[in-house]
Amino acid sequence: MTRTTAVEPRLNDALVIELAACLSADRVHTDHLERALYGRDASLMRGDAGVVCFPRTTAEVQAAVRVALRHGRAIVPRGSGTGLAGGAVPVQQPVLIVTTKMVDVEVDLANRVAWVQPGVINLDLTRQLRPLGFHFAPDPSSQQSCSLGGNVANNSGGPHCLAYGVTSAHIVAIEVVLPDGELAMLGGLGADPDGYDLRGAFVGSEGCLGIATRIAVRLTPNPPAVNTLLADFVEPAHAAAAVSAIIAAGVVPAAIEMMDQRITQAVEAFVGAGYPTDAGAILLVEVDGLPSGVAAETAIIEQVCREQGARSVRIAADEAERMLLWKGRKTAFGAVARVKPNYYLHDTVVPRTKLLDVLQQVYAIAERHELIVMNVFHAGDGNLHPLLVFDAAEPGILERVHAAGEQIVRASLEAGGVLSGEHGIGLEKQSFMAWQFTQPDLDAQARLRDAFDPHARFNPGKVLPAGSRCGDLAHLDAQHRDRLLADGVWV
Amino acid sequence: MSAALAPVGPLPDRVVRDPVLLAFADQVGGQDAGPVAVQGGRTQWNLGGTADPAARLIRAPSGVVAFEPAEMTVQVRAGTTLDELDAVLAPAGQRVALQGLPAEATVGGVLSVGLSGPMRLGHGPIRDTLLQARYVSAEGLLVTAGGPTVKNVTGFDLCRVLVGSYGTLGLLAEVTLRTRPRPQASVWLAGRADPADLFDRLYRPVSMLWNGAEVWLYLEGYPDDVAAQAALAESAGLSLVPGPPRFPAGRRSVPPATLRHVRLDPAHQGHFVAEMGVGVVHGEWPGASPAAADTAVVALNRQIKQLFDPYGRLNPGRDPMSVPTTRTGQP
Repeated sequence: MTRTTAVEPRLNDALVIELAACLSADRVHTDHLERALYGRDASLMRGDAGVVCFPRTTAEVQAAVRVALRHGRAIVPRGSGTGLAGGAVPVQQPVLIVTTKMVDVEVDLANRVAWVQPGVINLDLTRQLRPLGFHFAPDPSSQQSCSLGGNVANNSGGPHCLAYGVTSAHIVAIEVVLPDGELAMLGGLGADPDGYDLRGAFVGSEGCLGIATRIAVRLTPNPPAVNTLLADFVEPAHAAAAVSAIIAAGVVPAAIEMMDQRITQAVEAFVGAGYPTDAGAILLVEVDGLPSGVAAETAIIEQVCREQGARSVRIAADEAERMLLWKGRKTAFGAVARVKPNYYLHDTVVPRTKLLDVLQQVYAIAERHELIVMNVFHAGDGNLHPLLVFDAAEPGILERVHAAGEQIVRASLEAGGVLSGEHGIGLEKQSFMAWQFTQPDLDAQARLRDAFDPHARFNPGKVLPAGSRCGDLAHLDAQHRDRLLADGVWV
Repeated sequence: MSAALAPVGPLPDRVVRDPVLLAFADQVGGQDAGPVAVQGGRTQWNLGGTADPAARLIRAPSGVVAFEPAEMTVQVRAGTTLDELDAVLAPAGQRVALQGLPAEATVGGVLSVGLSGPMRLGHGPIRDTLLQARYVSAEGLLVTAGGPTVKNVTGFDLCRVLVGSYGTLGLLAEVTLRTRPRPQASVWLAGRADPADLFDRLYRPVSMLWNGAEVWLYLEGYPDDVAAQAALAESAGLSLVPGPPRFPAGRRSVPPATLRHVRLDPAHQGHFVAEMGVGVVHGEWPGASPAAADTAVVALNRQIKQLFDPYGRLNPGRDPMSVPTTRTGQP
């Protein structure tokens, strides 16, 4: 690809003038502050946004992409910037296309979909759908901030993906501006459309295959009955064993979340969710559906938890108590700031039956590196989220945090797991890709990328490590990786 | 996090060493080994274009490799029939969401064709069943796409592109599929009713079919829930039946909302069965189906094929863009 030269954009640059002509001058930003702000996401890494654009329509996105292409600039799509893997961190001073002003929602009940622009916030969509009897099933813990476009880019998960599936299962069609500036509709409202599943390829592609401008999301009917259970265990090992036992009993709950003692105490002090602070670990389990199945599954889960050593199993008596139990889980990361000012979060998946082994290794790894680790995660999917908390002011601590993180990733892969369950690869995990995949595996992924974007114009330097085959693969230098800017992190 | 600490190669268990898969890769051969086609149960053989008779016809290996009920995943070779797979899963009270497809169809075959069965409304599209695929590339190499866990976003999602690719990008050798609990109760009902009205009154029915006059409804779940939903359907005029109607051989994909108007469309005057809420019409149509895809989509399809199989040796004659017309196997 044509390597772009790092130049300071000025208001009278042809690039900026043309972009302003396509959008409007007040929606094309080049000032230092703005570029610094958009140079980062919720990860620890920082890049440099060349020009920051805020289009409102598909036509504006397409026009901005074409201008960027004419000027040989890379293009980086960005939603709310809540990503944790550096996927939205700009590399090569790109034209950054921020979707926060694209927030239209058009509900099509007859087709049971909603057409949304990519900047629509996940929770806003669900709030709009609830009174109609529906919701959008993927519910990342960042759902009050993260956008649908970002959910599509990362194939986001969330607690309720255990039963309902991740974002890919809820995206029917995507209108996309492709890396050559053409507009295309991937997928469609009808089932299994002809051709390769380009919709499926696009979901989870981390902004490397183009930018979504309209998304048809599937509407999920609200369940007639819901039960939320809180099970309290003395030992994390018992809680982990209960997770496997619930699944083995033939029940797939809507969600099974686990929190260890440290995070439970932090959350309880933060929001007062009614969690037992002397528990070694708690499980938050939710079942939903028709009333008889919900009652049957609630009974099975309660029994299994008690058999596995739960001291108590509490069923939320009403909606208010249920919401409070979830509030504790969903604000866990706000609570962490009370313990240490900084944290680093990993996101690996292991086979459910290896959860206990890997969790014990995570504790041992943290101890070896003299770090505090907290665990709050999607246990039902085997999706670990070990959270290393620390004070960045302590000399040499970052090296320990990174070394421990690397060992956690390694332990997860050795247990038969994968690098990421829902946060993506971005810049963060590129160097680990070769641990999970062979050269032919990576080469095949590079071919898919090349088919969409042969010149690596879109989000260059992400996902695939150097040497996979792609032409671009610039990578951030070490000083970018190690610059620490942790705040406002979610899982 | 520094790249220097990362070892160069994949972890030992990531390199495929299964001699059965390696033998299959040998059978496919390298890029100079000429055109090759894979046959499964031949239940949907006439879909996706016409197989080039010059291609060497081979079969994928079969057998269930690993099934761990507590994991709710199964690792199975592509040539295994749905029947054989089900026989392994059933004793553990599990199944895969490939229901309503011919029992003699192979796992690799139904995934390569990618068309879901009549339970798509409740079970989701069959593409969501695939977690990991091991396939032989046009160069004759074993490639792993996706991952073995129930949740995974590591890299680009090649599995989605393989489903429905008619074996034109790679030849499936072994897959890991998500399993689900088998329901405790299930029932088919049928009768004259307004399908849209009934659909709105039920909670997530597994299948609802309509032929312009009669509705067929399939429910599954816990016995009391199924009984309650069935009672709702019965009050709307449905009664118990042994199973679904026979489907006409043709199949078209349309937006679900347009299904209500199927009978008004002169193109659908003949016998049809529509999958309500899904957007599939089974019917008979003379001639080819209208080309729907836009030019950018067609170009992307061509480009993907070109990059994955520049030699044109994988299942020549097959083309996922050529609209499926008829399927020989009955659901």
